[in-house]
Parts: sequence; structure tokens; C-alpha cells
Amino acid sequence: MKTTESPAPLPAESGVPVTKVDVPAPQQRAGRTEGKVLNVFSHGILVLWAVMVVLPLLWAVMTSFKDDSSIFGSPWSLPDELHFDNWSRAWTEANMSDYFLNTVLVVGGSLVGTLVLGSMAAYVLARFDFPGNRFIYYLFIGGMSFPIMLALVPLFYVVNNMGLLNTIHGLILVYIAYSLPFTVFFLTAFFRTLPTSVAEAAFVDGASHSRTFFQIMLPMAKPGLISVGIFNFLGQWNQYVLPTVLNTDPDKRVLTQGLVQLAVSQGYKGDWSGLFAGLVMAMLPVLAAYIVFQRQVVQGLTAGALK
Amino acid sequence: MQHGKYRFIVGFLALPLGLYALFVVWPFIQSIYYSFTDWTGLSPEFKMVGLDNYRRMLDDEIFWKSLQHSLMFAVVLPLVTIGLALFFAFMINVGGRRRKGGPVISGVRGSSFYKIVYFFPQVLSIAIVALLFAFAYNPDSGAVNSLLRGVGLDGVQPLWLGDPDLALWCVMAVLVWSTVGFFVVLFSAGMASIPADLYEAALLDGANRATTFFRVTLPLLWDTVQSGWVYLGILALGAESFAVVQIMTTGPGGPDYSTTVMVLYVYQKAFRDGQAAYATTIGVALLIVTLAFAAVVMRLGRRERLEY
Repeated sequence: MKTTESPAPLPAESGVPVTKVDVPAPQQRAGRTEGKVLNVFSHGILVLWAVMVVLPLLWAVMTSFKDDSSIFGSPWSLPDELHFDNWSRAWTEANMSDYFLNTVLVVGGSLVGTLVLGSMAAYVLARFDFPGNRFIYYLFIGGMSFPIMLALVPLFYVVNNMGLLNTIHGLILVYIAYSLPFTVFFLTAFFRTLPTSVAEAAFVDGASHSRTFFQIMLPMAKPGLISVGIFNFLGQWNQYVLPTVLNTDPDKRVLTQGLVQLAVSQGYKGDWSGLFAGLVMAMLPVLAAYIVFQRQVVQGLTAGALK
Repeated sequence: MQHGKYRFIVGFLALPLGLYALFVVWPFIQSIYYSFTDWTGLSPEFKMVGLDNYRRMLDDEIFWKSLQHSLMFAVVLPLVTIGLALFFAFMINVGGRRRKGGPVISGVRGSSFYKIVYFFPQVLSIAIVALLFAFAYNPDSGAVNSLLRGVGLDGVQPLWLGDPDLALWCVMAVLVWSTVGFFVVLFSAGMASIPADLYEAALLDGANRATTFFRVTLPLLWDTVQSGWVYLGILALGAESFAVVQIMTTGPGGPDYSTTVMVLYVYQKAFRDGQAAYATTIGVALLIVTLAFAAVVMRLGRRERLEY
């Protein structure tokens, strides 16, 4: 029984003829050797790419524990000792702690805002008929394909005139606005799939529209909110262009921006080991979160593309 | 469901729509308007200059270079990324096939491991990835050249980002590195939903792997491939290429403008050179290129949708 189960059958197809499954074990082994040459080849290339993905990341982790001279002298040698001081230097002197805090504030605020506002708009667009519904929907969707950079120049002055330049809340509002197109697109499709009967029953029982939304529909939409939430979290956490333009105050920098500035600035005099420590510091939480919530992250990120 | 319906609709839409209109739609409209003015961005005064900016753009050598590089990004990046991703996804899902016995198709061993690892770059910020590779490409102390020395290729020590002929390819390679994993996972999901009897039928007819791929897998996956192509193209023309070029190449824009792309040129004109109006003109050109790209891909890729 074990041997017939071992090769992972991909799409669990019940339609596969039963006779095929009952092939005796020895014959199966013979079949396995036949395909071996091709398997070695394909496997080799798969392994090669896996190495190419992991190696730069490992190199960065390794480098973050080395001192400056060995970083430049022998980039691939193992650290002679683990220089944890790189990490503490990056955390305090290079302001990584501030960048982390700023990023958490900005992403926390905009994630909540995006989900609340996005689901409100999506719900109305998905469930109510009113003149202009289609127009507003396509207005939101259109934002997904237009290059942000075109809007950035006037956006800078809009934000500046409102006195929101270089402020955390200003950045939050802009993040929300630019996350809405995908969020509305995704959640509109999601709300359309939810059964109408539950909401109607609640309405008949005397619940107002907004109460129906917050107490009945939002809990029902939880899987969709999680998917789109993960998508937005990663997008906003990794955002680089918007803060680069709208957030030039050194104290307000977010992680990505702060690291790039560290690398460029002359003020940070050649402390490459500290910089690598900062780089790894910024990478690890996201990678760790991905490994833990692997299935949800993949679902969240590919959800939109699969429709 | 009619009671208070419109009040509710307005109440729920006002805030999201207002925010979106103010920070996204309004700047877009403004930028098209500004492209016909001589606004510097530094002073509030400006006047209409008609098509002057557009005329200037057509004579601007750097603009043409940036357009050329952007187009290369939009063509090469999807081609390489989707090609690699299709190959990997096919190997992962169908590649481990045997001729006799067992399930008709199966992936190579450890397929879920590959999917997890390949996806790593996708969760990292492109800015951080760019920074990491900028160090790796360093000619003297970078990981790449050091690796080449390590395997005995002392003679092959390119300047990478410092070499005008190589810089653009180096930057593109980083984008490929960071986007392949996403598409492997995406295509894997698509391939997993292709019924196994189709593969079985192909197998019975004596199809080899290449035939199976081109005759069964690819046609059934076409919709996903096409939307992936558009998505990648928009990404390559937009924010992602800005991040890699701005962070990785000197200038930024590379030696002898060898890596400058349209998004970067918009940014530099607006926020470095104080030529906001001209920047929006290039932005409009970028918009046209993006829309044209999407239209061309959709048109070239149009096929009858296969139901299965």
C-alpha cells in the first residue's frame, strides 16, 4: 500500500483507472530507472535555481557577522568570529530601530485603513445597484495599471499643500489611496460570491445597512480580508517609491528608504558590516513570517492573478 | 432593501472614493494638464506653453535612451521570467513523470520545497534586493567576482554595474531573480488544475515531454501566462525598475546613461532638476507606452478560450 501512495499524485483525480494503481512493486521500480536520466537533468536545474535564490541571502547573513576588513578581503570566507556588535551598532547608531518603528506605524495604520475603506467601497459596489456604480468601479480598477510615477509629481505638491509632507499620517493616507484599486477589485469579486440570503434575513430582522455590513458581511468576508490583507501588508511594508518622494525627513524614514540612504550617505562612514546587519535585520522578519504563514502568503499574493 | 439605501451608499463610498480621488485621480489629471505648461515645481507661477514640452522631449537624446531601456525591460523581463517560470513549474508539477505504473503525472521529488524556496525573493522589498545585489556586483569585493576567482576564472572580472555594456543586463537579472518565484507558484497552481486524463491521453498517443508541454500544458495555461505578461510588463515599466536602477546604478542611471529608464528620468527631472512640467510630459509618454504595451500583449495573445 505504501509504495503505491508514495509518488505524490498531483491533482487528486478519482477518474484515474484503478488498474494502474495496482501495478506490482518491482515493475514500478523498473519504470523509475527508465526516467532517471531526465529526472537527474530536470532536478539539477531545479537545484541550481534554488541555490541561486538562497546563496545571496545566506551570503548577506554571513557577511552581517563579519568585520569590515574581511568583508572586503575575502567575501566568501566564514566570519572568524560572530560579530554581534554589527547588529547592535546598526540597531542603535544607524537608527534601524527608528526605521522599524516608523515602518510599523505607517504599515499598521495604512493596513487597517485600507481594509476598512476598501471593504466598505467594495461591499457597496458589489451589492447595490445605483447610477454610476460601474463608473466608480472602473475608476478604481483603472488605478491598477497606470504608472504611479506619472501621478507622483503633482501628488508631491498636493500632499505638500495639505501640510502632510514628511508626516506619518500623510504617508498613511497616500498608502491607503494607492492600495485601494487592488483591494476594491479583489473584495468586490469576493463580496459577489457571498450568499445574499443572510444579509436579507438580517435586514428583514431590522438591522440597518451598516449594521448588516459590520456584523454579518465583514465576518463572512474574513478569508478574503486575510488574503488581501497579506497582499497589502507585504506591498506596504516593502514600499519604496512613495516614501522616497513624499517622506524626505531623515527622522521619518521607513525601513527600505532608511537602508538605501544608509548605503548612499557619506555620513555613515564605511560601516559596511553594520549596513549588512541592517539589511539582514530588515529581511529576516518578512522571511520568517513567510515561512510560518507560507500557505496564506502564497494564497494572498497569487489570489488576484488567478481571479 | 430600499430604506435609506442611498444615504448608506453615499456614506460608505464618500471616504474611500474621496481619498482615492484626491491622491490618485486628481494628480493623474493634473499631470496631464501640467505637461502643457512651463511649471518648474519650485514656484507657483506658470504659463501654458502648448506642445513645447513634447517637442523638447522628441529632441531629447536621454529621453530616447530611457524609452529604449524601458521597452527592453518590458520585452526581455517577461520573456525571460515567464520562460524560466514555465520551465520550473512544468518540472515541478509534471517533470517527474514515469512511463509505466503509478499516477500518470507527478512532480519531481521535493516539489513543495522548491516552491517555498523560489518564492523567497517575492516577499522581500525590491529596494532591499537591489541593495544586496549592488554589493554582490561590486567588482573588487563583491560576491560575484569573488566567486569567479574562487573557481579559477581570475581573468574574468567584469565591472558589472560599472560597465556601460553590462549594467542594464545586471539590473535586469536582479528583476528576473526576484520575480521568477511568484510565477512558478502561479503557474503551478494553474497546472495542478489541469485534469490528469489530458496528460494520460497525450501519453497514450506517445507524446514526449516537450510535446506534452507545448500541446497540453501551455494552451491550457494561456490565460494565466497572458495576464502574467501584462502584469510583469507594467511592473517593468513602473515602480520596480525605478527601484533597481535608482539604487543599483551610479548616477543614478548608470555609466553614460546606460541604464536610465523612463520612471527614473521622470523622477530626476521633477525632484532633482526642478522641471516638473517636463517631468510630467515624460510621465504622459510613459502612460502611453504602458497602455500600448498592454493592448499589444492582449491583442497578440488573443486565442480562443479553452474549456476543460
